[in-house]
Amino acid sequence: MPDRPLSPHLTIYKMSRYSLLSSFSNRLAGLAASAGFVLLVDWLVAAARGPQAYARTAGALSTPLAKGVFAVLLLAVVYHLLAGIRHLVWDTGRGLERAQSRRSAWLIAVLTLILTLALAYWAFVARAGGA
Amino acid sequence: MSERTPLGRVRGYGAAKEGVGHWWAQRLTSIALVPLILWLALSLLSLPALDHATVSAWMSAPGRALLLILLVSIAAWHSQLGVQVVIEDYVHGAGMKVLALVVSSFAHVVIAAAGVLAVLSVSLRSAT
Repeated sequence: MPDRPLSPHLTIYKMSRYSLLSSFSNRLAGLAASAGFVLLVDWLVAAARGPQAYARTAGALSTPLAKGVFAVLLLAVVYHLLAGIRHLVWDTGRGLERAQSRRSAWLIAVLTLILTLALAYWAFVARAGGA
Repeated sequence: MSERTPLGRVRGYGAAKEGVGHWWAQRLTSIALVPLILWLALSLLSLPALDHATVSAWMSAPGRALLLILLVSIAAWHSQLGVQVVIEDYVHGAGMKVLALVVSSFAHVVIAAAGVLAVLSVSLRSAT
């Protein structure tokens, strides 16, 4: 591959602690969401293969370890969703000032925590015996 | 009219002119995924149970099957675009980079096809 010129990134922009952290964590969360997507498709395929295959997959997905993994993936998906909405707002040219972007970084961190806890509570506690 | 020199053009340097397409597809897929993901999360949480009978009955309604197929296809596309950027940034060496990009693209297509086929087979089986 020829060495094409890259769009200006780390060598041009001076990233603040906040922008570095939120950019990196959004990528990481996106990768985790991709892993979660593979699990989702695995679950759909199990449903298509019939009750026995589905019971095996559902069993594997309801161990304590799997529930822990699910909680982490849930956190990642919620964060990636909110951070993605933040990016879409940025794309309209709004919220790019330093103070605004710090505020939105904190806002999505807090919202991620609240939403993840609410969804995890709903999934694991409120409908006990569901999965 | 291009301002690039013939030599520069022959060597293939300069922007690939593909960046905007990637950026735009990433935005469009992310906009589509917001309602789809919310719909999936709320639907699964509102199901009385997650056993095979309940889940396959839920999946087989045509409207839900359509939304699931859209979700699987668009999420795979969005994931492919994102993983591509990570590979481009962190996998060094031209050979490894191309290999990783090819493997990622193939894997995403296979996973998307498997998900669509799964939804279709549950949906069509129950329709007969």
